[in-house]
Amino acid sequence: MYCLGIESTADDFSVGIVAFNGRILADVISAYFPETGGIHPREAAQHHSRVADKVVAKALKEAKINPEQISVVAFSQGPGLGPCLRTGATVARAIAVYLGVPLVGVNHCVAHIEIGKLTTEAQDPVTLYVSGGNTIVAAFEAGRYRVFGETLDIAVGNCLDVFAREAGYRQREGLPFGAIVERLAADGKKYHPLPYSVKGMDMSFSGLLTAALNLLHKGEHTIEDLCYSLQETVFSMLTEVTERALAHTEKLEVLLTGGVAANKRLQSMLRTVAKEHGAKFCVVPKQYALDNGAMIAWTGALAYRHGLTIPVEKSFVRLKWRLEEVEVPWVET
Amino acid sequence: MGGNIGSSSEKTLLLKKGAEADLYLKEWHGRKIVIKRRISKKYRLPQLDKQIRIYRTIHEPQLMHRAKRAGVPTPTIFLVDIENAEIYMEYVEGKQLKQVLNNMSPKERLEICGHLGELVGRLHKNMIIHGDLTTSNMILTTNKQIIVVDFGLGEFSQELEARGVDLHLLKRAFESVHFEFAQACFSKVMESYAGIVGKREARRVLEKIREIERRGRYVSERKKID
Repeated sequence: MYCLGIESTADDFSVGIVAFNGRILADVISAYFPETGGIHPREAAQHHSRVADKVVAKALKEAKINPEQISVVAFSQGPGLGPCLRTGATVARAIAVYLGVPLVGVNHCVAHIEIGKLTTEAQDPVTLYVSGGNTIVAAFEAGRYRVFGETLDIAVGNCLDVFAREAGYRQREGLPFGAIVERLAADGKKYHPLPYSVKGMDMSFSGLLTAALNLLHKGEHTIEDLCYSLQETVFSMLTEVTERALAHTEKLEVLLTGGVAANKRLQSMLRTVAKEHGAKFCVVPKQYALDNGAMIAWTGALAYRHGLTIPVEKSFVRLKWRLEEVEVPWVET
Repeated sequence: MGGNIGSSSEKTLLLKKGAEADLYLKEWHGRKIVIKRRISKKYRLPQLDKQIRIYRTIHEPQLMHRAKRAGVPTPTIFLVDIENAEIYMEYVEGKQLKQVLNNMSPKERLEICGHLGELVGRLHKNMIIHGDLTTSNMILTTNKQIIVVDFGLGEFSQELEARGVDLHLLKRAFESVHFEFAQACFSKVMESYAGIVGKREARRVLEKIREIERRGRYVSERKKID
């Protein structure tokens, strides 16, 4: 049994194919890069519809299966950018109807947690999910992934991206903004204090970004020092909140997932904290850290086994679908 | 400075290893006291680490003192040792509200929440933001008094935003640990909060909480709790 998953919440259009035993057969990603500025939802969606057929074909070829062997189609139903989500949903509905197989709507945040668990064999972790659109500390409790802490404004990845963009850098295939900041930070030496904003279990990054941009525009500090200071501050905040959740839930694993999970400095901070609490540190492999179709396919397979399919006519996208609204009956504790 | 007075020979017992600080129970000059020691975190830069620990060690007692003046019971402070990031304070006998709230009769639970709302109202009326309003940070004494502890993330602020975030945290704490009663508890808190700060101000804060939730990117269906 195979599940084909389509991911299209933001700037990536991706198709993954996963066997029901958890083996990932294919994962093809096509990214949209804006000419200037951040993601333009309509242009991203146009990119997705332009590449959709090629990405699907490539994924099938990579998986070495016939379309008829697919038993369920899953798609990222939310949260995300409307035009992008709708494009992915349209492709998913078309394939499901054509093949005559059931459709499953997957929550993007749940998928990031599930692919992390699949690839690291974590059982019941405290998860730090960090990306360009989300910053969430969550853990399973009573049937759902509960949010213990999150950003009150922008996502941490967004904060790093905007800073790098304002500093004049351009991202490209294989070199996202986060990697640029990480590389520059490695040569930073002097720490400039920036607002450290942890409010209980929640965090705020927008004031911090403004302060960092002000320092940048003053032009008195090197870009390396600023990236270093920015990383140290935001990652310390993330680590503090994760540690609080770990102390609170007394779980025995820490899982780092999402695009920012690729950052080595963040990994090392969390590894230190996990060790101190006698917990195992798990980090999603780099190729499944960014948005990918495999995570949607895998979560779709889990949901399908619990009968969570949706009829095509009710498969509306859910732009603001919160993590803790989703029942996850496949998780056992 | 205080370090010498503190290092008297009576034995010390680790009460709780927190995420941010360790709490020790100690016999000190004939009293039972709690020492809150902010521990150095290996994961963060020494410079940032020291900055955070010292800032919080100085500010916490100031906030606790002001809270008391506002009519909100907090442990008495005996000594502040800035260099070692330690606070010496009264040991409060009782249980964390988190441990007992789920097992109360509905009537008692609402009474407690009503009382809690008044306390938060008094804090906010006096520009005190607790910063970590969870039911773990409230001790219920045997005579049903609530003692508010851990002002480590608190601040003085006149901003509506800060009051909104404070109560948003409490609401979230109810939802994550006491989810069956979250709605009733939070409504009761807000009702008695309004009794202290006034209906108009309470409405503004509630409006702010909604805005914060919307800003949290995904508006949940649970918003009907308000």
